[in-house]
Amino acid sequence: MMRFSTLIKNPADWMTGGQAEHGAVLTSRIRLARNLRRHPFPGWAKREQRALALELMRPSVEALTVMKDAFSQELGDLSSVQKQVLVERHLVSREHAARGEGSAAIIERRQSFSFMLNEEDHLRMQAIRPGLQLSSAYAALTALDTELEATLEFAFDPTLGYLTTCPTNLGTGLRASVMLHLPGLVLSDQIGQVLQAVGKIGLAVRGLYGEGTESLGHLYQISNQSSLGESEETIIRRLERVIGQVAQHEQNAREKLVEDDPEMVADKIGRAYGVLRHAHIIDSKEALNHLSLLRLGGMLGFFPADTIILCDTLLMDIQPAHLQLHSARKLSPEERDAIRAQIVRTRLQNLKSSDTSTPSADGPPSSPEPANPTDES
Amino acid sequence: MKCDFCESKASVFLTQLVEGQVKKVSLCDTCAKERGVTDPTGFSLADLLLGGITGELGGLTGGQASGTLGGTAGSSKTCPACGFTLEDLRRVRRFGCAECYTAFREEIAPMLRGMHKGASHVGKVPEGLMALQFKHQRLQDLRSRLEQAVAAENYEEAAGIRDEIHTLIPS
Repeated sequence: MMRFSTLIKNPADWMTGGQAEHGAVLTSRIRLARNLRRHPFPGWAKREQRALALELMRPSVEALTVMKDAFSQELGDLSSVQKQVLVERHLVSREHAARGEGSAAIIERRQSFSFMLNEEDHLRMQAIRPGLQLSSAYAALTALDTELEATLEFAFDPTLGYLTTCPTNLGTGLRASVMLHLPGLVLSDQIGQVLQAVGKIGLAVRGLYGEGTESLGHLYQISNQSSLGESEETIIRRLERVIGQVAQHEQNAREKLVEDDPEMVADKIGRAYGVLRHAHIIDSKEALNHLSLLRLGGMLGFFPADTIILCDTLLMDIQPAHLQLHSARKLSPEERDAIRAQIVRTRLQNLKSSDTSTPSADGPPSSPEPANPTDES
Repeated sequence: MKCDFCESKASVFLTQLVEGQVKKVSLCDTCAKERGVTDPTGFSLADLLLGGITGELGGLTGGQASGTLGGTAGSSKTCPACGFTLEDLRRVRRFGCAECYTAFREEIAPMLRGMHKGASHVGKVPEGLMALQFKHQRLQDLRSRLEQAVAAENYEEAAGIRDEIHTLIPS
């Protein structure tokens, strides 16, 4: 069985193995919710009933070929920092992490698939891929789902489809979501318009908003809201089409920004770099927003192409639990801000200083587009 | 601005676009944490609004958007399989088991209209179940053909159909 330290040591495949298909698309995630027939849902089940369901599901999931040598742990056996790290990596939900005995997480070695056992639903399975790859992520996950059907009897109703604890997940049990990095649309004040259009066709846009319109790190997640009444393929196809359009808008916005106001763009990116390179105390909000601009700088060619991977890895590594894991002890928020700043400074040390005189909206050639670790799925 | 759930000052502002409508929720730190709002991984505004939706449709929450313990206990409908009550549904806005969907079918129908594109499932069906449904359908067809054959005194055909039925139902 894989150890926690081994699992977490390396960045997930989807964090570094991205495609450059669409600069704005970081990760694609598919989640399927399934429940066992004749077993009460985890939130309503008594302790023994929950344990029984877990006993039933765990061997089936572990037996999946793709889960060979996977990480498999009951949540009660993990420390709170370890659980939090899994949350920051998007391998388990925050709700799941809050659970202990009777719930388990089974995570594929490369962190591309994760299974939450006894979350809100008996089984929540997830596939994450870098870039815009919803269809292939779904194909991979539905194959695992079908494989599980051979040994597990899932609750299904011909009219309501797969039955879930919360009625918002009925039907396909599918949530397809894409994480987008949209600094161009934010800087050009078009983000509201674009997101509103997306919302009009029944897709949900998420992100924690401040009082303004900017989300943290210019990261937005778009996902399907409805799971009943349309097939998986229809849901995914629509989402992919919309995401393609949003990514195109983002690309256009970046090009236009550089064309219209290169000084402003250079100034913002240069200042972000300056703060990150020299700050000694930085909270995660400030760090995320500056890293977003630095990432944009990488995409516009202000910085070398590997800046993008650098930013994406940093986005994950500066999260609170990752910092505590790194320091091997509990940290106060003040200590975290200091260590965060130190890590960022160190990592940026070898980054070639910003020369913002000749930005190009096309970005560097053949830059790998890594998945973004702050996928707010 | 005040928190939508208590009297404290709101510090978390959440906006989602749901079916073309901008839905906004303001929360204080404590309520945000309690409701998992600070965790974008597991949070859907729909969950928060669910109380509101069912409230609007009446009956389910007794008009109480926050889903507090309203209505009259005791008279509450109960799921025969797991003992979950309509009261529990109001409180947690979740179901107790798969059978609850049968037990509360009437109450669920109006709720789903505000939530999903359609009211009946399109898409993947568990493979075992599909085989079962197919078998069921086939048996029905065969039985009605058998009746017709017998009625028409076509005993040779009836015998053939009976054999086919026997292959579908291992005795």
